[in-house]
Amino acid sequence: MLNKEAKLSKKIFSRDIVLRAIRDGFGEALVEVGEKNEKVVVLTADLKESTRVNLFAEKFPERYIQVGVAEQALVTIASGMANYGKIPFVTSYAVFSPGRNWEQIKTTIALNNVPVKVVGAHGGLGAGPYGSTHQALEDIALMRSLPNMIVVCPADYEEAKKATSNVVSNGRPTYLRLAREETPVFTTVKSPFKIGRAEVLVNSKNPQATIIACGPLVYEALLAARELEKIGIETLIINNHTVKPMDERMIIRAAKTTAAIVTAEEHQIAGGMGSAVSEILSQNFPVPIEFVGIHDSFGESGTPEELKKKFGLTAKDIAEAVKRVILRKNS
Amino acid sequence: MRKTPEELEKIAATIRQDILNMLAAAKSGHPAGSLSMADIFTALYFEVMNHDPKKPDWKDRDRLVVSNGHTCPALYAVLARAGYFPVSKLKTYSKLNSPLQGHPERFRLPGIETTSGPLGCGLAQAAGIALASRMDNAHFRVYCTVSDAEHDEGNHWEAVLFAAKYKLSNLTVFVDRNNIQIEGPTETTLPLEPLRAKYEAFNWKVVEIDGHNMAEIIAAVAKARAEDSRPTAIIAHTVAGKGVAYMEGKSEWHTYRKNVK
Repeated sequence: MLNKEAKLSKKIFSRDIVLRAIRDGFGEALVEVGEKNEKVVVLTADLKESTRVNLFAEKFPERYIQVGVAEQALVTIASGMANYGKIPFVTSYAVFSPGRNWEQIKTTIALNNVPVKVVGAHGGLGAGPYGSTHQALEDIALMRSLPNMIVVCPADYEEAKKATSNVVSNGRPTYLRLAREETPVFTTVKSPFKIGRAEVLVNSKNPQATIIACGPLVYEALLAARELEKIGIETLIINNHTVKPMDERMIIRAAKTTAAIVTAEEHQIAGGMGSAVSEILSQNFPVPIEFVGIHDSFGESGTPEELKKKFGLTAKDIAEAVKRVILRKNS
Repeated sequence: MRKTPEELEKIAATIRQDILNMLAAAKSGHPAGSLSMADIFTALYFEVMNHDPKKPDWKDRDRLVVSNGHTCPALYAVLARAGYFPVSKLKTYSKLNSPLQGHPERFRLPGIETTSGPLGCGLAQAAGIALASRMDNAHFRVYCTVSDAEHDEGNHWEAVLFAAKYKLSNLTVFVDRNNIQIEGPTETTLPLEPLRAKYEAFNWKVVEIDGHNMAEIIAAVAKARAEDSRPTAIIAHTVAGKGVAYMEGKSEWHTYRKNVK
């Protein structure tokens, strides 16, 4: 079932799989990135600890800039620094950046085409008990609609490290979406990762549907694939970490192979990764698609796990969507 | 070559002619602010700033971030007259396929440091350039122009706080205090006064001048250069629509209307 080329963790379905937060992968990689590249500067809007840039701040205090609770200043100051030649990483919660400062990102980063890395923490329902005001379910839509912008949603701690070091020198405006909670680390140091290239994680002999996921829901998709296999339904699983530019060839090939697609993301269905998949397929190779995501509603307080269940983002929900899409394909 | 105030005034008169010609040809644009900014842009490019029109990307050039991007007819005219691009291009302002966009865009035209138009976000970019260049011990100066009504924007005040925190003495902002905005006087739309006291309370050095007096503009910049621990705001008292009798002081000329002569 598992694609050997993906070099996934041997403990992938074991109970003692390591749990680490995606944001921790970012924070640790940022220190390495800072060591290698002196142009890297880090700005935060009063969220040093929870966006995990405290490690960078301790190591490189002269390249760490605290702007206060001022998300508009956060990105516009970074724009100026990038205009001069720095490579700024700017961090806040995704709900505020790019939520509150989207127009500034559009005008001063995307249109100016400067290589600012906007890092949105607590993407999805991860803010949990804080409630819907702090849950970012719209940020992918906001960012992928901007020309020049690269949009990346790492699937686990290890991938977050690779994504962070990969975007440093791309010379482009980039959005990096980070999840808050600890999730299984199912990729390894050896797992291939390239911005703009989706990875096949499960490659069955006779797949009946493809699950295209990003962020922590990639692991839920893997769990779904395992359960579906038990009842005789083989699937293709794609880790679609780069929402923009999306790996069109891979998406179209998957549609041609399985003729049924399920997308899964911790985001509104409107405008999200799944929307981007459907834009590609409706123009190139239309097949039935089921969307696992938030159905046009706000979140609420609860633990992230409770919320995932309530809003239908678990492996079980993905498996159900696969059954539905296969029925549609065969009807 | 140093220019006398009289020579600068002569250039500014040509710039005002250019602005009116551009707006009349485009049937669009912002006359009041362009005309109130004409002297400041002229002084910056013909006397104050260290720059080279033949090398717009020269790394040690002084930077100008034009936050009040709607006044770009004045900026474009000054850039053209300074030699950044042919004066003949001015007539293409805001027309299809022109590098002179209705609001300025970086990369479309030599000499444009940042894309602007949406208000309130220029000072923060200028502060970012000022801080980044100081990190590298670069010695150029960063100038920024803002309209007075831009002070309605929260992003601007975030930048005012930030520049004071980092003591960005290499940063100078010109406030085009022409007292009008789209809907009327600034003081009835959202009162800004006492503006000087506000900047001072935020730990900025403040110089107030007649924004149409070349000698005062140049002297104010000298004061800003002499300051070594604070950013400087030059509050330039100007007249909206300056130089065109029927426009002067009138908010209805914030945006283009018929009959620009």
